[in-house]
Amino acid sequence: MIRRRLTDAQLPTADLPSRAHAPAVSASRAKRWGSFFYAEQVLRVMRGYGWSVFLYSVGQPVAYLFAMGIGLASLVNANSAAVFGGVSYLTFIAPALLVSSAVMTASGDFSYPIMDGFKWRRVFYGPHASPLVPQQIAAGHIMASTLKFLVQSVVYFAIVAMFGASPSPWGWVSAIVATVAGLSFGLPLMAYASTITKDSGQFALVQRFIVVPLFLFSGTFFPLDSLPLGVRWIGWISPVWHGTQLGRVFTYGLEENPLLTLTHVLFLVGAAAAGWMLTRRQFVRRMGA
Amino acid sequence: MHNEATRSFSTSASFQMNPPAVITAENLTKSYGELIAVDGISFEVPAGESFGLLGPNGAGKSTTMKMIGGVSQRTSGKLSIMGLDPETHGPEVRAHLGVVPQQDNLDEELKVRENLIVYGRYFGLPLSYLRPKADELLEFAQLTDKAKSRVDALSGGMKRRLTIARSLINEPKILLLDEPTTGLDPQARHILWDRLFRLKEQGVTLILTTHYMDEAEQLCDRLIVVDKGRIMAEGSPASLIREYSTREVLELRFGSERNATIGVELAGIGERVETLPDRVLIYADDGESALEQVSARRLRPLTSLVRRSSLEDVFLRLTGRSLVD
Repeated sequence: MIRRRLTDAQLPTADLPSRAHAPAVSASRAKRWGSFFYAEQVLRVMRGYGWSVFLYSVGQPVAYLFAMGIGLASLVNANSAAVFGGVSYLTFIAPALLVSSAVMTASGDFSYPIMDGFKWRRVFYGPHASPLVPQQIAAGHIMASTLKFLVQSVVYFAIVAMFGASPSPWGWVSAIVATVAGLSFGLPLMAYASTITKDSGQFALVQRFIVVPLFLFSGTFFPLDSLPLGVRWIGWISPVWHGTQLGRVFTYGLEENPLLTLTHVLFLVGAAAAGWMLTRRQFVRRMGA
Repeated sequence: MHNEATRSFSTSASFQMNPPAVITAENLTKSYGELIAVDGISFEVPAGESFGLLGPNGAGKSTTMKMIGGVSQRTSGKLSIMGLDPETHGPEVRAHLGVVPQQDNLDEELKVRENLIVYGRYFGLPLSYLRPKADELLEFAQLTDKAKSRVDALSGGMKRRLTIARSLINEPKILLLDEPTTGLDPQARHILWDRLFRLKEQGVTLILTTHYMDEAEQLCDRLIVVDKGRIMAEGSPASLIREYSTREVLELRFGSERNATIGVELAGIGERVETLPDRVLIYADDGESALEQVSARRLRPLTSLVRRSSLEDVFLRLTGRSLVD
C-alpha cells in the first residue's frame, strides 16, 4: 500500500518509461531484495562459464563413478561386501563422491573469487557504491553459489540414480545434503578468504592440506572405522564425513544411531551458519571502515 | 531610490535563485589510527555546481569522496547529502549518487552492455527501463559498437567511459568522480571532458577530485585546494588565480646548475620569483616586460616562456610544492 503510493507519487512520468524511479524507491528495493540483485550478477558471470561448470559437475562424477564404482568395485565387491554394510561398492561411494564434489566446488567458489572481489579486480566495490550493503554482497555471492551446488548435485544424483546406486526412495535428499555440506566447508573458508589482504598461496595450501586430506580421510572410499583412531578425528571434524554419512542414510538407508544422524545435521548446518556469520562480519568490517 | 530598489530586488531574487546545498560537510574528519587523512574540512555544494577537490596524492581527496559516497564512515564532524546522513542512511544516500571510482571495477567477465544492466539491477530498476537506458548510455559514452564486447577487450579510455555510463544508469543528480582521467591519453581525456560538460549542462552536480590543473580549470565552477587533509584555499579557478598568483608567469631555464643561484640576480623583477630545480618562475602581470628586464640585466636564459597563471601556480604558492612530482 505504502509502496504503491510512493511509486505513484514519485513517478509522475509513468507514460515515459525511460525515467528511473526515485532514489527512495531504489533504496527500499535494495534493502529488501539487494542480496538477490547481487546473486543475479554472480549467476550472469557464471553463465559465461556454463560449459566448464557443466563438464565439472557431470564429467567428473561420471569419470569417478566409472573408475571407482565399476573398475575398483570389481575387486572390492568380491572381497568384502559386509564391510560396506551389505551394499555394492558403487552404492557405498556414490554419496561420498556427491558430497566431495560439492565440497571441492565450494573450495573454488569461496576462495579465489573472494580475493578477486576485494583485491584483484575489486568487483565487490562496484555494487558497494550502489544502495547495496556489504552483507548483501556476501549473501548474494553465497546464494548464487548455493544454487550452483544444488544444480550440480541434482545432476550428479541423477547420474548416480541411473547407475542404480541409490536404492532408497529418499535418495534425492542427498543432493540437498551435498549442497549444505558444500556450504559447511565453503562458508568458513569464505570468512577466512575475506580476511586475506595479500595472496601468498594460502588457497593452494588449503587445497593441499585441508581439502585433499578431508577427501581421503572422511570415510569416502572406505568406512572411517577402518582407520586407526589417530587419524579418525579428521573425519569427525570433516564436513565431508558428516555429509557423506548423512547422504548414505538417505541413498541406501545406512543404519546408524539416530543421535549420530542428528549430529551430522547439526554439524553441517552449524558450520555453515557460523561461517556465514563470520563472513558477514568481515565483509562489513572490510568495506565499511 | 530607484537604484536602491533595484538592488534590493536583485539581491532577494538571487537569494531565492540560490539552489539549496546538496552536500554539506562540517568539520569533516577521518583518521586511521594515528594518521589523520582528512582534518576538519567544511564545504557546501549547491545543486548543479561542478565542484572540485584539487590536491596532490595523499591529500585526503579520495577519503573525502568515500565519505560522501557513504562507503567510509567519518571519525567526526557532520556530513549531509540531500539532507541525509550517509552514516545512518547509506543505501538512501547511495541511491542518489552516481560514482566513478579511481580504479575501474567493471565486471570484466560480462559484456559491455550487460555491465550497465547488472548495475541498474542493484537499484531495483526493471529491465523494461534498463534495456533502452543501457543503449542510450552506450550512445552517450560512444560505445554503441562495443555493446557486445567483453570488457577486457576495451582500451583504458573506453573502460573509463563505460564506468561513467554505468554511474549514470540510475539517472543520479549527483555524480562523484574520483580522478576521472588519470592515466588516460590526451585525446581520451578530451572526449571524457566533453561528456562531463554535457552532464553539467543537464544540471547534474559534479564532484570531482583531480591533481590535473587543466582538468580543474576546464570542469570546475568552484574548487577547494586540499593538502594534508586541510583546505588551503577555496574559490573559482579564476578567483584563486587572481588571489594567489599574478596574471602571467615568465618561465626561465638557465640549466640545472645555475637555476638555484640565479634567483638572487633576478630579485626585484615582477612580484615574486620562485626557484624550482628545473626552472625559475617570475610572477608578473606583464610577462614580456619582465623578460625585457631580465635581458637588461644581461642574464641569458637557455629558454624563456611567457604563459598565463594556472592553478599549478596557486598550489605552488600555497604549499611551496608542485602538484605532480
